[in-house]
Order: sequence, then structure tokens, then C-alpha cells
Amino acid sequence: MSEDVVAAVTGERLGPLQLFLLFTQLSLMGFGGVLPMAYRFLVERRKMFTIREFGDLLGFAQLLPGATICNLSVIVGYRNAGFAGGAAAVAGMVGAPMVIVIMLGIAYQRSQELVLVHQALAGMSSVAAGLIIAIPLKLIGELRKNWIDLLFAGLAFIAVGLLRLPLLLVLVTLLPLLILVHARIVNGKR
Amino acid sequence: MENADDNVAWVLGGHLAALSVMAFGGGAIILAPDIQRFVVDVNHWLSNEAFLAAYTIAQAAPGPNMLFVTLVGWYAAGLLGAVTATAAIVVPPAILTLAVLRASPARVSPTRGSMIKAAVLPLSVGLMLATGYSLARAADHSWGSAALTAVTVGVFLYRKLNPLWLIAAGAVAGMLGWV
Repeated sequence: MSEDVVAAVTGERLGPLQLFLLFTQLSLMGFGGVLPMAYRFLVERRKMFTIREFGDLLGFAQLLPGATICNLSVIVGYRNAGFAGGAAAVAGMVGAPMVIVIMLGIAYQRSQELVLVHQALAGMSSVAAGLIIAIPLKLIGELRKNWIDLLFAGLAFIAVGLLRLPLLLVLVTLLPLLILVHARIVNGKR
Repeated sequence: MENADDNVAWVLGGHLAALSVMAFGGGAIILAPDIQRFVVDVNHWLSNEAFLAAYTIAQAAPGPNMLFVTLVGWYAAGLLGAVTATAAIVVPPAILTLAVLRASPARVSPTRGSMIKAAVLPLSVGLMLATGYSLARAADHSWGSAALTAVTVGVFLYRKLNPLWLIAAGAVAGMLGWV
């Protein structure tokens, strides 16, 4: 997989400044999630990647820690213009949205006496919580065949959600354990 | 005051930098409960309400959703807090990604990669559920708001709808005083 990821770019090669501008544009159009917008721009409009290539890049970006969209920016930037490209792309991805988010935050602070703003945000918060609950419920279908995976998903939920244990502790314990269990199963089948 | 804020900014930045490389399986969303625990429960830099506001504003705004840490930093320690928090969450994983790209492909063998991937998925499902649960517990104080969360889950599971419409509907429901 990594072979594909580091392979040469198929289409045009962009410089750091162009990458910065492209990813700034992407991020600003990505209301409620940038990934769909990234797909539209990089695959459908710019034709920088085929669907297959994009899927490979995405899988690679998800495997690494950190926000998937930021990792994807780094990878695309690196493939175009090396380290400077990677840095420029991720800077474009977070720079402008960061300023916007702060301005919205200030607006919220200033308008806190306004009951209506307050109520609207309360409603939006309840919806935001629902959106996050729905995503793992969709993914649980993928795990259903495997009770060990379900068990570990349950353990992770209980540890962090109910017991409020530190995430670091939970991951350092559960991740190696699950990798080990998976390895055992594979070996057992041989 | 200035110095106290600066101190908060660095402590928050350090914590987020350590967390950032733990954000497996999709991003900073799974970090939300731990960040909430750290800034609200442990250090009392933010109220629960301010944390929720930060999260919700970042979801509604353009750009990566994980930029809620920018606002958490802003509310906890002003501009320095916002910049430090953002850099802390973005830079370490970016460096790691570059390092992996730079490493010879042979070192990241596909089998090892897929084994990690297979273990990450179940955990990220559980952790995302934990995030949703923590957010719901913080946001839903009435039957109305709990119902709004439940309806959102249902709609998202069974209808293909841009999440922004749901968030807009939530804003309207809130203004009408239903939550």
C-alpha cells in the first residue's frame, strides 16, 4: 500500500503556494466535514487522483493518528512538493478555518445575553451529539460478525464513556491486546 | 492574569500534543471526552457549557471539525491558547505522517499495516460512541433535548441528508424553546 502512496503523482504537480491555496479553498467549502469536498475537488474536478488512488490515500491517512483530513492534506502535499508541500497543504487546511472559528467564538461570547442565540446553540448541541452517536452505530454493522471486535468496542466505550478513564491509558492497554488477540486467531486458523 | 493565561496555554498545549498522536481512527472526535475531562472536570478552565459551545460552533463552521480545540484554547487562555492548542493537535500527527512517508515503504509492510487497521476500527467505534455519549450527557438536560438527539440518530441512520440541515433544524428547535 505504501508503495502506491509514495508513488509519483499522476497529473499536474503543484507548488507549495498553489497547494496552500487549494487546501484553503477546500477547507472553506467544507461545511460539516471537509472529506466530501476533498473528494469532489481532488478526484472529480482537478483529476489529481483516480477514485481508487483516493481510496488508498484515505486508508493510509486513517491508519495514522490525527485528523484524517489533515493527514490526507499532508500526503497530497508531500506527493506534489515534498516537505514544503506537506506543510503548505496542512497549513491551508487549518489556517483560515481557525480564524473563522475564533471569530464565531467571540460572536457567541458577545451575544450570550441574547436568549435566542443561547437556545439555538443548545438545540444544535443536541443534534451534534446525535450525529456523533450515529456514525459508530453505522460502523457497528461491520463488526457484527466478530464478537471479539464487538467486545473490544464495548470495553473502549465503557472505559472512556462511562468510567471516564484517560484515553491514553485505555488505548495503550486495549490496542496492543486486540492486535495480539487478532494475531492469535490468525495463527490458530493456520 | 496574563501570566496565568500563558501558563494555561502551555499546559493545555502539552496535554493536547500528547493526545494528538493517540487520535487513531478518524481524528480528534474521539479525543473530545478526554479533552472535556481535562479542561472542564480536572482543571476548571472552561464550563461544560463553553466546551459544548466550542464543539458545536466548530461543527457548524467550515473546516476540520477538530478545530473545536482552537476554541477550547481560546476560551481557556485567549489567543495564545487558541494558537497553542491548534498547533498541538495538528503538528505532531503531521510530522508523524511526513516521517512515515519518508521512511522506506518496505518498513511499513502492508500486513503489519492491515493488522493495526483491523484493531483500530473496533476501538474507534467504541471511542466514538463514548464521545457521542459524553456530548449527549452534557447537552441534554430535558426530555426535549434528549428527543432531539434521538431523532437525529434515527434520521442520520436511515436517511441520506446533509448533516448541516439537521444542525439547522436543531437551531430552529432550540429557538422555538423545544429543548
